[in-house]
Amino acid sequence: MSGLFLYPALLACLAAGALWLGFLLAQREWLCRAGVWVMGLSLVLLTLELAAVLFRAGRLPGANLGEALLLFAWALVAAFLFFYWRYPIKVLGALAAPLAAVAVSGSLILPSQTGTASPLLESFWLSIHIVLAVLGNAALTLAGLGSILYLIQERQLKGKRFGFFYHRLPSLEQLDALNYRCLTLGFPLLTGGIISGSLYAQYTLGRLWSWDPKEVLTLAAWLVYAVLLHERLAVGWRGRRAALLTLSGLVLLVVTFIGAHLWAAGYHSFSSFAQP
Amino acid sequence: MNLVLVGVNHKTAAVDLREKLVSLFPEPQAVYRRFLEAPEVQEAVYYLTCNRVEVLVATESPEPAVSCCQAWFAAHPEVPPERLRESLYVRRDREAVRHLFRVAASLDALVVGEPQILGQVKEAYRQAARCRATGPILNRLLHKTFSVAKRVRRETGIGDHAVSVSYAAVMLGRKIFGDLAGKTALLVGAGEMAELAVEHLKGQGVARLIVANRTLERAVTLARRFGGEAVSLEELEAQLLAPDIIISSTGAGDYLLTAEQVRAAMRRRKHRPLFLIDIAVPRDLDPRINDLDNVFLYNIDDLKEVVEQNRERRRAEAARAEGLVAEETAKFIDWLQTLAVYPTIISLREKAGRICEAELKKTLAHLGPLTPEQEQSLKILTQSVTQKLLHDPIIFLKRNHRRKRPHQELDLVRRLFNLDPDRQDEPGRQG
Repeated sequence: MSGLFLYPALLACLAAGALWLGFLLAQREWLCRAGVWVMGLSLVLLTLELAAVLFRAGRLPGANLGEALLLFAWALVAAFLFFYWRYPIKVLGALAAPLAAVAVSGSLILPSQTGTASPLLESFWLSIHIVLAVLGNAALTLAGLGSILYLIQERQLKGKRFGFFYHRLPSLEQLDALNYRCLTLGFPLLTGGIISGSLYAQYTLGRLWSWDPKEVLTLAAWLVYAVLLHERLAVGWRGRRAALLTLSGLVLLVVTFIGAHLWAAGYHSFSSFAQP
Repeated sequence: MNLVLVGVNHKTAAVDLREKLVSLFPEPQAVYRRFLEAPEVQEAVYYLTCNRVEVLVATESPEPAVSCCQAWFAAHPEVPPERLRESLYVRRDREAVRHLFRVAASLDALVVGEPQILGQVKEAYRQAARCRATGPILNRLLHKTFSVAKRVRRETGIGDHAVSVSYAAVMLGRKIFGDLAGKTALLVGAGEMAELAVEHLKGQGVARLIVANRTLERAVTLARRFGGEAVSLEELEAQLLAPDIIISSTGAGDYLLTAEQVRAAMRRRKHRPLFLIDIAVPRDLDPRINDLDNVFLYNIDDLKEVVEQNRERRRAEAARAEGLVAEETAKFIDWLQTLAVYPTIISLREKAGRICEAELKKTLAHLGPLTPEQEQSLKILTQSVTQKLLHDPIIFLKRNHRRKRPHQELDLVRRLFNLDPDRQDEPGRQG
């Protein structure tokens, strides 16, 4: 029964990605509208899959990298649709939908859990921790994707060479605003994720912070975003510098997310969730 | 029905000749009345723009119609006939339709893709319609023309790229700021190009305009003209806080602003983006300004380069538009050719009607008194027999008019049913 909705969800993500890439190339409005609907469909399918896991295992998915990717794909699609609804930047879909497709295929390819998951994962508070962290990651990923678009467009305007992207990307102001909005949403979510995790660790392990690799890297990313947000608000940092800083924060988050799987030492490692 | 288009445009005639020819069309009412008096002209429309003078005529006899139009153009006393012969072009049928579509879609324009021409053709059509100079052919053709022009604009990027320096600057501004509404512009010095740019900026909703000049009096005069505020040039550095767009055109020789001054200003501006347009020669603004974050500096050569790239792009889009025009031309010509079969269809039906009536009369005389219902049934019977019999030939005509030799098909049908009994070539001679 596992992954009943995963293949349809993957297809929907791929179709949405194809529609948006088609929009990027051909600039036909209907491609973009169709992309939104297909993306909405993939959100429904991913939600059903999450519900299925929840029902089957009695806990949120997140016990291995595959499940974490599923959760991330869901959060990314949801965050994308949210931002699209409020601040439509159409070409962003051409990056977000393929990325969601990659995440879903990752969760299809990676081996699923053998044995039972640690009972710790069934805790309500831990679920809060996971959901906040993943939503924060998704919003900050969108900020990073927006930053890539910003850097491309800025390069065109500075270099005075107007190629393929110049006419297809929105204005710098819109892209910078997207960065700011994703940041103001993603940063509090990430902060909430860290705090809820610490409180839970205090409650179960008796210590707030264990200097586990995932914690250290997340803290580093958090500091990057904190500096960016502060400078944006206080000094008015924006544009290229903000985009570069957002991207470096994103690199740290990716390393954290993937790296957690590889570092067997920390208690955040997926392998430590499994019980023989 | 044939179409004939006669005229001159900017490619074939110089402006002095075009001016003289325009004077031949003084007042639409009178012009159209005279055109329609000619027996060979069934419908007519003419349009005058700064780049062309063209007359389009729907006619049953194309050759006399062409002569009629040529005579019209030759009427100007100051235009030597040989010069007119070199400039005047004549387009017929398919070529005339294609020409009109290309004109309205701005493919035949001096600046390809400029939208004004469509409005001018629309206005000309409105006038012609008011003078009752257009009929079924030209009404349909002109409406088709407008929809083709719209389709070209919608489906190709022919009008998307700014091809004047000042408008290119405004379009760049939109790629930086998104919306220019509510932005502030600072105009340093004045000149034709700067003023055009200000016009475009105002059109885009720029809220506030500051004018700086070497002397405050001159600044005040300019500011009054554009509806802005005046400052003197000494205050320029202090004025860097407010504006989002700066257009500089003094050409003073020294840099008005250095990169250091702008860097300092950016900090005070909290890094709000700044778009500087330097259209002065020699340059007013230090080129190193472009290296600063959130600052975009374009000089006159950069803008000319943008315009050149845009022209290139419009040319590429124009090739796609030509394809659309060819497609729509073919459709219209198809329709025009269907018209040719209608007289034959009508005579077929009339002939059948006449036969029915005559035969019915004879039969009723034989049968003696009938009730009105019975008479009616007989009438319906004869009608439906002929209608069913004619159905296939009519469908054949309508479907086959597009074949290579439509006239031969028509001719065959007319001879088959003997629709032209007075004709010399009776079937026996052919057989």
